[in-house]
Amino acid sequence: MIHCVLHDPKDSVAVVVVEGIKAGQTLTGLILDEDRTITLPCTQDIPLGHKVALKDMKVGDTVIKYGVDIGKVVAPISTGQHAHVHNIKTKRW
Amino acid sequence: MQTKFWGYRRENGRVGVRNHVIILPVDDLSNAACEAVANNIKGTLAIPHPYGRLQFGADLDLHFRTLIGTGSNPNVAAVVVIGIEEGWTKKVVDGIAATGKPVTGFGIELHGDHDTIMRASKVARGYLQSCSELQRVECKLNELWVSTKCGESDTTSGCGANPTVGDAFDKLYGAGCTLVFGETTELTGGEQIVAARCRDDKVRKEFMRVFDRYQEVINRHKTTDLSDSQPTKGNIAGGLTTIEEKALGNIQKIGRKCLVDGVLDKAEMPTGPGLWFMDSSSAAAEMVTLCAASGYVVHFFPTGQGNVIGNPILPVIKICANPRTVRTMSEHVDVDTSGLLQREITMDQAGDKLLDMMFRTANGRLTAAEALGHREFVMTRLYESA
Repeated sequence: MIHCVLHDPKDSVAVVVVEGIKAGQTLTGLILDEDRTITLPCTQDIPLGHKVALKDMKVGDTVIKYGVDIGKVVAPISTGQHAHVHNIKTKRW
Repeated sequence: MQTKFWGYRRENGRVGVRNHVIILPVDDLSNAACEAVANNIKGTLAIPHPYGRLQFGADLDLHFRTLIGTGSNPNVAAVVVIGIEEGWTKKVVDGIAATGKPVTGFGIELHGDHDTIMRASKVARGYLQSCSELQRVECKLNELWVSTKCGESDTTSGCGANPTVGDAFDKLYGAGCTLVFGETTELTGGEQIVAARCRDDKVRKEFMRVFDRYQEVINRHKTTDLSDSQPTKGNIAGGLTTIEEKALGNIQKIGRKCLVDGVLDKAEMPTGPGLWFMDSSSAAAEMVTLCAASGYVVHFFPTGQGNVIGNPILPVIKICANPRTVRTMSEHVDVDTSGLLQREITMDQAGDKLLDMMFRTANGRLTAAEALGHREFVMTRLYESA
């Protein structure tokens, strides 16, 4: 089963695509642009559609998805954690 | 891919996939009469809306362009127009009459609702019966105009539903169809990707001009960082975090091959085949209404969390890749591409699945939104009335 997908191998976050992902699971991630899979740890419960961090990120870092900039880190994020509005913000507006 | 479909060829040569007789109010005051006519003459369709009084300048121009464009759309066979007075009513009638289709207008003043409803009902009955005899004819794929706009997006939109539209758009572009996308503010963060896809510097410059203009509107009126509006609460519940992330998902709808051939103003009709960018609101019903007014006859609407929108005259095909939405809101989903996220189908197969549904819909199959009676018609306003 594919648990999460990412677009580009450079992405720093992946999207959870199944329901019920729990802390402690090992996730299988599909890289859409390359049609290959990776495995990664998950350290928090993450709802369907929400993102899991693929690397440690510090405040001010740029978050990469689709291979490009989708915003900045506003609270530290560790690999396997839930990455969303509580730790990432837009750089626009 | 199929190369033909069955449509209604109109007087001006354009091809529609529906055969509506609409009762079109010029203004809010005429909604009641229009709805009464549609109630009298079963099978006609009233399109009520809240505007049309004391508008001026570019906002009034857009009002007329939207009404005339809606009546002129080839999915519409004939039109009865009702306005509070005859001047603006005639302006809408004359605009629609340029297509050659049957259209008659009625002003309410000096007559009242009763007399207007009676006279308009007689004309509507004649139109409905004659249009019910029109037959579908075989049409070429390049005669089909297809629009797209997504809504209640989530992260599965960018991975599944939107790239499905992108794959289909690449194939339709190659076939010579007339296509459109828009949602100016929802390109924020991905505007350079769209700019790079513009056919030439002239189109690129025009695209960036309308993009920058819309950013200026946001910056002038915003009171916060828009984090509750863009992304929306629904987007955020679905896992989208920033406008940039939403925009990059949005842009998947224009595929990987097709070029942006031109820029349209709101409800402006394209002048040739290719992919057009319409400077438009990102609100679903506003954008779909503008697509219909520009002459598009089939709409691709990818959703993640489950937007339920439809349109009175434009069949809206919903595409969804979120397995939970497909399970919990199945009556709204026309094309399920959730298999993409489990590697069960390829993007090429997902695009073909959508195109198959497009042909079936063009040939007459009712969409989920049509079956459920979704007829959202929302006119875009530019500023306050006079």
